[in-house]
Amino acid sequence: MTSPRRTVQGLAVTLLVVGVAAPFLPKWAGFLVTIAIAKALVALGLLLLMRTGLVSFGQGLYFAIGAYSAGVGAETLKITDAVPMVLLGALAAGLVAAVVGVLLARYRTIFFAMLSLAFSMILYGLLVKSSALGSTDGFNVAARTVFGLDPAGPIGRFGIYGLAALVAFLGAVGVDRYLRTHLGRLAPAIKDNELRVEYMGASVRNVVHLHLVIAAVLAGAGGALTALAVGHVDPETAYWTTSGEFVFVAILSGTSSVAAPFAGALILELLRSFAYEHAPNTWQLVMGSVMLAVILFLPEGLWSVFRRRRKATP
Amino acid sequence: MSTLVAVLVDGIIYASWLFIIAAGLTIVYGVMRILNMAHGSLYALGAYVAASLAGAWLRAGYAPLGSYAVLVASALLVGLVVGPVIERGLLRFCYGRDEVVLVLVTYALFLILEDAMKLVWGVEAWFVSEPYGLLGNLDFGPLSYPLYSVVMVVAAVVVGLGLRWGIYGTRQGKLLVAVIHDREVSAALGINVNRIFMVTFMLGTTLAALGGALTAPTVSVVPGMGVETIVLAFAVVVIGGLGSMPGAAIGSIIVGLVRSGAVHWLPQVELFSIYLVMALVLAFRPRGLFVAAEARKI
Repeated sequence: MTSPRRTVQGLAVTLLVVGVAAPFLPKWAGFLVTIAIAKALVALGLLLLMRTGLVSFGQGLYFAIGAYSAGVGAETLKITDAVPMVLLGALAAGLVAAVVGVLLARYRTIFFAMLSLAFSMILYGLLVKSSALGSTDGFNVAARTVFGLDPAGPIGRFGIYGLAALVAFLGAVGVDRYLRTHLGRLAPAIKDNELRVEYMGASVRNVVHLHLVIAAVLAGAGGALTALAVGHVDPETAYWTTSGEFVFVAILSGTSSVAAPFAGALILELLRSFAYEHAPNTWQLVMGSVMLAVILFLPEGLWSVFRRRRKATP
Repeated sequence: MSTLVAVLVDGIIYASWLFIIAAGLTIVYGVMRILNMAHGSLYALGAYVAASLAGAWLRAGYAPLGSYAVLVASALLVGLVVGPVIERGLLRFCYGRDEVVLVLVTYALFLILEDAMKLVWGVEAWFVSEPYGLLGNLDFGPLSYPLYSVVMVVAAVVVGLGLRWGIYGTRQGKLLVAVIHDREVSAALGINVNRIFMVTFMLGTTLAALGGALTAPTVSVVPGMGVETIVLAFAVVVIGGLGSMPGAAIGSIIVGLVRSGAVHWLPQVELFSIYLVMALVLAFRPRGLFVAAEARKI
């Protein structure tokens, strides 16, 4: 792990670069970066879970909850600004995780993966059948203002983009800080040997539960940001293949750094937009092959290549 | 009353279909400790191969009844060719790694297979509906079912009894049970574990493909048909207990009846009723209904 100050500095510089680049990016690229950041937030939550030794095939649950509550909240609570909408999405997802976590925190390995998948599929089934929420079509989501600015205005049109970058910065710094606390350092210990952690007097179940909630809050914020950027939500967000894509990002990036998911998600979105353009029916093929290659040859993820090289130069 | 009969009959037909697929998933997990995410794709592959071959058979003007044999042959073809290719070409490099890593490996395989099928068969739907209507209908009181559905039930029973006999009644099956209980001791005793793994994966693939091949006449074969099937099969084996063959049978019956009950009485809950049951079972029996805490069974 790099020193805390260097991580924050690195992330702050990245935030600055992303912010300054905004007016120069074409519209599609700005959108692509926003979506990549939103997905990276979900993968950041998965990073925390994977450090704890858990792989969730159901992050789509929190992603969808975040997206839907941002939309429904705006409708019923008369929220017009994007910032409280994202907060609401994150909060709602965190609450859901606090409830289902009571059950989920008891499970490990594939049982954890399967049960989280089951929960996300339950939500998918509910959303598809609820006509008030637009069934399979979903509904449109739009914020009238972002940070109080008009999204059609000269500065406001970068609003969602800037908001995504800010949330990402706070999320990454927050998770990095957290991983350095006593509680955060229990994560790899739980992964290595749960029983010993219990002997030391820590409650594994509580730590896992907490990590579930943190991961859900991040996924909820990611879902709300995606809904705002796309302007639409639909039940696909809760389907298990969506969750699978998040797992893909997490595996591709590896768990060595909080910045890795952002790089991984950006690569995924770039790959996807080029693949859609040139060979739409081979997109998953490419994704699957890359994933296999990473699992077999780079078990620590793409970020580890970068790390190893840096270590080699004195 | 007639609704109840309809629920039961529909449930059993649906359960038969589920059992054939789930049996393959559970045996692969029981022996190899691989929760095969690509199982649904193998199912879809079986359906595609069956639709192509049976379609070609019928177009060539051979005896229509022979198309049933073609369906089964397609499943065998997929199992005996694709199964070993995947096991020898990919999975064997991952033995001994974490169960979760193998889930991810088979997830990657799922992604690859989904697109590979699109490249071979295109994105348009394939139909081969002749075998479905060929046998006529069977009257069930006021209800009338195509006799083909009974074929599905018979196939499931044959698969179930065949597996039971194969595992407990033959020498090879007893070797398999030994491997399930302890891979390392079995290897030390001279059992060729690698061969058993390959045969098991071939068997699992064949069963998935058989499920697909027998379904092909009843549906339009389209891309993505495996995506939903795999999560249903997961629900079945998780309810019954991963790696347990009686569990797969009971799990299929539970899921089959729950779904057909939901379809007839409460259509709003149809999609998630199955996962709700799965979550409930896991809440009280974390390893499923049929898996005892100590020994792994099949």
